Amino acid sequence: MRVPSLFRGFEGAAVALLATMAVLVIVVPLASGQDPIGIGDVLSLRLLLPFTRDPHGVFHLLGTDRFGRDLFVRMMLAGRISLAVGVLGSLLASGVGTLVGATAAWTGGVVDAVLMAIGDALLAVPRLVLLLVCAALWQPGVTTVVVVLVGTGWMGVARLVRAELLGVKTRPFIDAATSLGASSQRVLWRHALPNALSPAIVATTLGVGNAILLESGLSFLGLGIQPPAPSWGNMIAGGRDLIVSAPWVAIAPGLALVATVLACTLIGDGLRDRVAGDTGATLRDRA
Amino acid sequence: MRRIGLTLVLLWLILTITFALIRLAPGDPAAFLVPPTASAADVARIRGELGLDQSIAVQYARWAAALLRGDLGESFSLHQPVARALLQALPVSIGLGSASLLLTFLIGVPIGMVQAARRGRGLDRLLTVMTTFVYAAPSFWLALACVAVFTYGAAAWGLPPWLRLPAFGLRSPGLELGGGAAIADVVRHSLLPVSILAAVGAAGIARYARSGISDVLSQDFVRTARAKGMTESRVYFRHVLATVLPQLVVLFALSLPGLVAGSIFVEAVFAWPGMGRLMVNAIVARDYPLVMGAAAVYAALVLFANLAGDLALPLVDPRRRA
Repeated sequence: MRVPSLFRGFEGAAVALLATMAVLVIVVPLASGQDPIGIGDVLSLRLLLPFTRDPHGVFHLLGTDRFGRDLFVRMMLAGRISLAVGVLGSLLASGVGTLVGATAAWTGGVVDAVLMAIGDALLAVPRLVLLLVCAALWQPGVTTVVVVLVGTGWMGVARLVRAELLGVKTRPFIDAATSLGASSQRVLWRHALPNALSPAIVATTLGVGNAILLESGLSFLGLGIQPPAPSWGNMIAGGRDLIVSAPWVAIAPGLALVATVLACTLIGDGLRDRVAGDTGATLRDRA
Repeated sequence: MRRIGLTLVLLWLILTITFALIRLAPGDPAAFLVPPTASAADVARIRGELGLDQSIAVQYARWAAALLRGDLGESFSLHQPVARALLQALPVSIGLGSASLLLTFLIGVPIGMVQAARRGRGLDRLLTVMTTFVYAAPSFWLALACVAVFTYGAAAWGLPPWLRLPAFGLRSPGLELGGGAAIADVVRHSLLPVSILAAVGAAGIARYARSGISDVLSQDFVRTARAKGMTESRVYFRHVLATVLPQLVVLFALSLPGLVAGSIFVEAVFAWPGMGRLMVNAIVARDYPLVMGAAAVYAALVLFANLAGDLALPLVDPRRRA
């Protein structure tokens, strides 16, 4: 018996939070009419407090950063990158993982052994260390971050899908489909895989928050999204030496990050409670 | 024995993957080593010296032979053998990691136990909100917040001196301290980094411990123990804890990658001269041998800790003794 999460019933709120965030990150940078990247009148605009109006009469909900750029608009622009990287990184990783897991389970033999050995070897390395190695080898940027998240994130899902498929493979309806003349590929894609995906779906949901945290960590270290393009991680890094004089510069993007990751965790936990069985979700390789 | 062999094979596989990654990287390693003014002939000469003009199989064999001798190559940026640089940084990271790991379990398990015992009540809710929040927060952000409060805030708000904690480095610079004072200085510098890592780890452990212990509490033998008049503390410490101990050992191995990741960020924020900072600096300097060496050491640490966990499992779980 799994103990249901205390936040059962909060998944709705979490979904609403994510949806609001998604709408805000799309709309706010478009509607604000402010330039979140360019640097204007630094001296009169920099480090304004939250909830203040600047000398030009523009209202800044969360104040401004050291270059006088509106923090809220920047944060929402950063949210586009962070959310997109998180969702894309996790979805693609799961896609690759599903392919690898399905190939391993369906082919068996040497292919299975080799694929799983590579997966196990990669799983043994802390994911952040792998990410850092890859960040060192290729130019930092959005594409690199996504590719690297996929390259270091497929193993968990591959193992889950393989284990589920091996279980499903022995069930009577697979034999039934085979004896009806369905090809091995058709049995895999139409019959076996759809019945083996639920743990992978839970892992993907939890993986989104994970990927967002890892992206922010890489960007914080200066190895992910490169300024002037904002990401929550590099905005926190930008507020690092202002933590005393202008704490909101580092705190605000951190709160957005926590809220988003929290929502993903709640949704993932909720899904896991509904899907029977242990999903094998491990502790977060966190940032 | 089989398990030890498997670990070694896995470690070798990881090292081979790092070798492959270096070769996959765009650009010619020799081009990084020569000054921009160097001629094509110079580059070719350096390629020859490094053996880069030979076939990949020969390069792999040379690399493997050097590795077996304990030679991890020469760091470009530090101009010293990679092995020596790593050996200097390793104790700092191991100290940070083991202190936080110990605290992680000493804090996380009791929190999970209290939550399971008070399941659904106010205290459980409060602790769940706290652990879920800390679990979702990036360690570098928590670290910055703690620096703001305990380093700068403590001075500005006139908090007692023992709460004013240093935010950078491992020792106070410029002070010649001896004996006990030197140790106290290191401890003071360790308070913030170790507590942040421990808090982050404990939040994850508490989430698992809560659900694991709740499972055990609903089992028949717990009811029997209570029914025969056993005191609550004896029920928890003799029966419940003994039952979840194997799970905790597994959890110990699972929490290591997260600990490594956390320590890399904490070392970066607090400027600790450990493996994490060494690796991040090496990446910025594109110092491939050092990056790969650090990655290999991290992988080895995690692999051997996993091995230790596996070997310890029969000790705490009589059902697994063959």
